[in-house]
Amino acid sequence: MDFSARLKELESFERKDNKASLSSMLKQNGFTRRDFLKYSSAMAAMLGLSSTFAPTIAKAIELADRLPVIWLHMAECTGCSESLLRSDAPTIDSLIFDYINLEYHETIMAASGFQAESNLENAMKKHKGKYILMVEGAIPAGQSSFYLTLGAHAKKGEEIAKQACNNAAAIFAIGACSSFGGIQAAAPNPTNAMPLSKITNKAVINVPGCPPSEKNIVGNVLHYVLYGTLPALDNYNRPKWAYENRIHDLCERRGHFDAGEFVQSFGDEGAKKGYCLYKVGCKGPYTFNNCSKLRFNQHTNWPIGAGHGCIGCSEPDFWDNMGPFEEPLKSHLFKSISADATSDKIGIGVLTLTGLTIAAHAVISSVKKD
Amino acid sequence: MQKIVVDPITRIEGHLRVEVVVDDNNVVKEAYTGSTLWRGIETIVKNRDPRDVGFMTQRICGVCTYSHYRAGIEAVENALGIIPPKNAKLVRTLMNAALYLHDHCVHFYQLHGLDFVDVVSALSADVKKAEEEALKWCDKPLACGVGDLQAVKEKLKNFVDKGDLGPFANAYWGHKTYRFSPEQNLIALSHYLECLKIQRTAAQLTAIFGAKQPHPQSLTVGGVTCVMDILDPSRIGEFKTKFLEVSDFVHRAYLADIKMAASVYKNEASVMNDIGVDNFMCAKEFYLGDEYLFEGGVLLNVLSNPTLSEIDESAITEEATHSWYKNDAALHPYDGEQEPHYTGFKDEKTLDENAKLVDTKVFDTEGKYSWIKAPRYKGLPVQVGPIATILINYFKKNPIVVKEVDALLKELNIELKDLLSTLGRTAARMIEAKIVSENALKALDSLVENLKVDDSTCAAYVIDKNKEYKGRFIGNAPRGMLSHWVRIKDGVVSNYQAVVPSTWNASPKDAKKQMGSYEACIIGLKIADLTKPLEIIRKIHSYDPCIACAVHVFDKKGNELGRYKVGV
Ligand code: SF4
Ligand code: SF4
Repeated sequence: MDFSARLKELESFERKDNKASLSSMLKQNGFTRRDFLKYSSAMAAMLGLSSTFAPTIAKAIELADRLPVIWLHMAECTGCSESLLRSDAPTIDSLIFDYINLEYHETIMAASGFQAESNLENAMKKHKGKYILMVEGAIPAGQSSFYLTLGAHAKKGEEIAKQACNNAAAIFAIGACSSFGGIQAAAPNPTNAMPLSKITNKAVINVPGCPPSEKNIVGNVLHYVLYGTLPALDNYNRPKWAYENRIHDLCERRGHFDAGEFVQSFGDEGAKKGYCLYKVGCKGPYTFNNCSKLRFNQHTNWPIGAGHGCIGCSEPDFWDNMGPFEEPLKSHLFKSISADATSDKIGIGVLTLTGLTIAAHAVISSVKKD
Repeated sequence: MQKIVVDPITRIEGHLRVEVVVDDNNVVKEAYTGSTLWRGIETIVKNRDPRDVGFMTQRICGVCTYSHYRAGIEAVENALGIIPPKNAKLVRTLMNAALYLHDHCVHFYQLHGLDFVDVVSALSADVKKAEEEALKWCDKPLACGVGDLQAVKEKLKNFVDKGDLGPFANAYWGHKTYRFSPEQNLIALSHYLECLKIQRTAAQLTAIFGAKQPHPQSLTVGGVTCVMDILDPSRIGEFKTKFLEVSDFVHRAYLADIKMAASVYKNEASVMNDIGVDNFMCAKEFYLGDEYLFEGGVLLNVLSNPTLSEIDESAITEEATHSWYKNDAALHPYDGEQEPHYTGFKDEKTLDENAKLVDTKVFDTEGKYSWIKAPRYKGLPVQVGPIATILINYFKKNPIVVKEVDALLKELNIELKDLLSTLGRTAARMIEAKIVSENALKALDSLVENLKVDDSTCAAYVIDKNKEYKGRFIGNAPRGMLSHWVRIKDGVVSNYQAVVPSTWNASPKDAKKQMGSYEACIIGLKIADLTKPLEIIRKIHSYDPCIACAVHVFDKKGNELGRYKVGV
């Protein structure tokens, strides 16, 4: 990857304000150059790059405020937007949020009605081929596309999303709904809700989760700023830097799993001791995401920390494939869950093996308990 | 007569459209509000394990992200006859308190605030005068020293100088119904920025016992799973400290700004005298260990002949005369039955942003025009929300509420009837937040006391596949009274209905042409500039619309669209 070419490209973008660069904004907000570089190394680490990339990242962040961003709401609950708003203290992530060109975002923007519609049209025109598109929510499509209309002309959500995709430089499907259809696409999918990738021919980067953590949303923008291309993706088009490992791989309860110590029912002695949640339905062994490492709400907590199993919200069709959420998965479902085609076979083998190990542990622990 | 369309209504949750017909003096004669998105979550939870339902209903809304989760879990508990342990009930109260504080603050600043605050005007503020102004409304105002305000002003200047206002572009800046002085605008803007920070802290409060926010994950049918967090004193300390931080914001920013806004806007026609529907309803809420913080009830005909009573659950129905569903009949939520029946829009010319008549779509107002149904109580439309909670508790003489309301009325030199308005809805939300911020920690004290004798967090239960069950949750969400109704048969959900706050308030007309509260409160409104209907948005925002919540329910009969089938 030629970073200098990418940086040059970024420099060619029209700057919002030549006097106020991001670094001077940061300075005003009490951030020193050192803090900034420290942050950049942290981001490098998060993206799985060596720390020698820190200066490049720093440079790229400084250029980030030239990037126009359009965020669309389709059939959704606004949880992903809320997650974006949680973006980290110290407020550096939200500075990125502030200092990108956020051209359209219905929950935040001041304009409404005709004025809002114009904002969207103008942004798509003015920044044609250059903006980042982020879409939250699934899209009622085809015969049922009228389940979502927007604006005085009652345009179908599907049309608007398609048009926005056509003129975007990069497209991110934010959340389980936009990535894989989410809750409204769960059986029987009464609105014929589709993932974004099913309604456009353009490449879509999926950032699943219900919602994805603020880090996974913001980190992906940064990845784009830095590379100008799609990040390395797994078989479900999820960026590997965030979705490469299983929850189970880095889980804080993993020691108990290996020792065969399981919570048998919520609220029991094992629950008080933080035992493994597999037997009360944890889907951590089948779920690819970085929650066990980064957690949520500025590292405050995460589902397994709070004693509930993972429900698998970054996996395709998890509402149909992972339930009942408080019972262990049956092994016959392993076949539908594997993130990487090239390692499909190995993956299935590993998961089956995990299943066997779990079964063995379950036996051991019940022997131990009774 | 002229029709205008406002779509999308932004700074809300979900997709909402408003249409009004104005006379030659720009006074609104007819109003129609409808939702343009339908998701069908109640259909989707059918035939599922009742234990999974709360996780799915939670996805109705990512803003009141906890309300539908708890409702889904507690409806099933009610059906199965489960009483969760006291510890679990108290933790649920704490998470609910955190949500209220989060939601109300974000609503006032990020969503509703820009209807009162002319951001661009803050540029011409005199910071010294602004500091003096802030001191009128609070003795220790937050982020309102000369230095703080100067920094905010410079930040704004940098932003405006870029020549691209980003999310603030193309709004109704300079509108003549903006009433704040530049100094007052600057104060509010400073708090807008502070609120962006404090909302993160408020969300962390939910996450401490809830795993994450949005979409917490620590409730289970029978209790809560966060037993380690409850038993960890450092977690209790963390909760208390952060709670006090948010509470500080409520007192030193939110309360002060509401007083400031009320003093300026109480003479502005577009925030007064718009009671909307004059029937109110709320549930009891905030279990503190021995008692509830707010009582529930129904208050009918506030204007003419106020009558107070307890909620009669059997009197709740939903109908669909003007909603895009087949069966129009009024049905009790246990028996809710409907299939979508989309009839679309009509073509018409309406005024655009340049006051030109252009081809647009309009609602078929004689027929169906919304995905939201029309819930009724004893056949009457009802208004829900913090205003309902505050009024009903005031009429019931709840001492905490009476004290707060009387103090505010006195300080602002207004009467109780002045609260029956946009201003009142906005002030009631703040009063509710203040009361919650001053009392919810009682639940934390009760929890600590109770843990000394009992550390149980989950009740045991069985679901008998040969038995039929039905149950419901009735409680309050930040936007008002929320109920979920479930039937269970053969061990799976056989019917599910959610009757949510925004359905009550945003309801279209019913068979008797009775309006919901959104529509009712815009009638008679005079609009200064038809191309910039700020007055309409101001009123609608005062309800804190949550439209994805309001849109639901559909019985899938012979409809085989599903491309997503259960795996295997
Ligand atoms: S992905 Fe999850 S959080 Fe985002 S809109 Fe869908 S249900 Fe809500
Ligand atoms: S099964 Fe779940 S709780 Fe247990 S170690 Fe794996 S991820 Fe953690």
